[in-house]
Amino acid sequence: MSRARTAAIQLLGPIALIVIVGLLGSASSGAHQIDFVNALVQTTIVIGMYIFIGNSGVISFGHISFVAIGAFVAGVLTIPSVVKPTLLPALFPLLANHSVSPFASLLIAAGAGALFALVIGAPLMRLGGLAAGIGTLAVLEITHNLLRYWEKIGPGARTLSLVPTTTTMRVATIGAVVSAVVAYGYQRTRAGRLLRATREDPAAAAGAGVRIHGQRLGAFVLSGAVAGLAGGLLVHALGSITTEQVYLDLTFVTLAMLVVGGMNSLWGAVVGALLISFLDTYLGYAENGLDLGLFRVNLPDGLSTVILGAIMLAILVLRPSGLTGGREFRIPGLRRRATPAQPDAEEEDGGAAPAAETSA
Amino acid sequence: MSNVIQYIIDGIALGAVYALAAVGIALIFGVLRLVNFAYGELITIAAYVLAVTSNWWLPLSLLAAVASSVALAVLTDRVAFKRLREAPPATTLVATFALSFALEAVWRLVFGVNGRSADVLGALNTTAISGAIDVRWVTIVEVVVGAALLSAIAIFLRRSTIGLQMRAAASDIRTARTLGVRADRVILSAFVLSGVLAAVVAMLLTAGSPLVTPTLGLEVTTFALVGVVVGGMDNLVTATLGGFVVGFVNAVLGDALGADLRVFLSSFTYLAVILVLLLRPGGLFASRRATGAERV
Repeated sequence: MSRARTAAIQLLGPIALIVIVGLLGSASSGAHQIDFVNALVQTTIVIGMYIFIGNSGVISFGHISFVAIGAFVAGVLTIPSVVKPTLLPALFPLLANHSVSPFASLLIAAGAGALFALVIGAPLMRLGGLAAGIGTLAVLEITHNLLRYWEKIGPGARTLSLVPTTTTMRVATIGAVVSAVVAYGYQRTRAGRLLRATREDPAAAAGAGVRIHGQRLGAFVLSGAVAGLAGGLLVHALGSITTEQVYLDLTFVTLAMLVVGGMNSLWGAVVGALLISFLDTYLGYAENGLDLGLFRVNLPDGLSTVILGAIMLAILVLRPSGLTGGREFRIPGLRRRATPAQPDAEEEDGGAAPAAETSA
Repeated sequence: MSNVIQYIIDGIALGAVYALAAVGIALIFGVLRLVNFAYGELITIAAYVLAVTSNWWLPLSLLAAVASSVALAVLTDRVAFKRLREAPPATTLVATFALSFALEAVWRLVFGVNGRSADVLGALNTTAISGAIDVRWVTIVEVVVGAALLSAIAIFLRRSTIGLQMRAAASDIRTARTLGVRADRVILSAFVLSGVLAAVVAMLLTAGSPLVTPTLGLEVTTFALVGVVVGGMDNLVTATLGGFVVGFVNAVLGDALGADLRVFLSSFTYLAVILVLLLRPGGLFASRRATGAERV
């Protein structure tokens, strides 16, 4: 099996899973569609975090601030300009007088995420370990504090509403697929490999001439762009947003998704995000009564969160490296050495064709 | 002038509370290299027990609070952390989130979302000194209890055998084990001690403002953890000083900022945190040798 083929299979696994979720979502009834869109947007957020955390091994609590900035920039720039003076009276003229299309707002959200990551990353990427964790947590706290109380840049403590809901199932699927391709493409580049070397052994990598600060900053900016894009997708999926929705809870949940899936692989990020997202949704439904055909589950209010936390804890205790063990997707039984060429080729064609069709 | 004295008094009082929480976090980190976000839940359970037992005889109520947080501390170790001793740091960190997340939901389920009143030490929330400066009894108690408890811990760590073993384990647990230190006992003592500290923090917090909410402990823990890292987490003394400084700065800024800027208090505090981390990555009070080398 050639390197290119391994790479194709490793990338096609996550993409196929995302596309399947998108197709299932399209086929589901109207009320449940938003759950699928939500799961896909959360997957995009987790892929964004994975680009930095997975490749560098440095924990960041700050990525939800890129999501927040992407969400508020995209939201403020796309709400109808006639309602802006009443909804957001104190806005800066630059934001108050300009409106863009929802698609352009996604690009601006990604750009804003990348720019913010560059500005804060340039000094903060000198830190490693816990100091980096606390430094990025400080960024999250500051972002949240400013968005909540500074009414020149957004709605403050009020809800930003009337945002056009343009993140359809197709848009959410494409967003997640694009992010997965970016993430996988990055980790195969020289820069991605150098960063992974610093994760495995910072001292040896530095000794071999890798500039740790520069490599980390590059990944941080790229992951900021993907997280910003995810924020734009999020606000256009929900139609309204508050600062509390993009703060500590989302930070903890998305980090847990990444680690539960296995933070060292893209496959782990996607599996963890989708699994926890759907568990969360359906446990929530179970509180209102969930029909499972033979019997009806009816959990007391609030118990779903207890169960979700317990499940995550159990997975971490049983599989400390995450569900995927931090390995990329492979087709079971497909070995580099012993496999004859014929079925191998079929396998790849069979996997590639439908995925390419559906995502187009 | 009286303003400045007032700021300093409030700062010392809040600093003392955060310093106690910081010791609890740093003890566990020292022995196990575990960053325990679930530490806040020990504070929360103690506060809820104070609320539930508020009509009991006072010493009994305080004792019940201590017992509850110590029991939860030991239980969390047995159920979760003990099985994660060899796991990667990110996994244990997220495991403590998951635990904290689940326990917070348990508090909501059992005690409701609106909060309970733990008016056990409410008598302390009265004015002791009034005039140019205002001092409530609870402020005095916070300072006195904080100082007394920190000294007691310092003496315990220096003079008792188990304290010596804890310090040995904190500096190098592998060597300590080789030399005959029983790791299980040291770890158990660290969890018990951190549980006791959490209960005291809960008492002081509820004496100042009796409302107990499900996120009470998490808020304190976040600040205390920031303090521990800012101070320098490789050493109990620097970690404690870090917790104190974060509490002190927070209280002083809260008093000194004008009403329109006060909403941005956490931005100022966290900006200071970032600056300290960039200038002294090993910790504000760490010795020159500590470089803040990668650990997590």
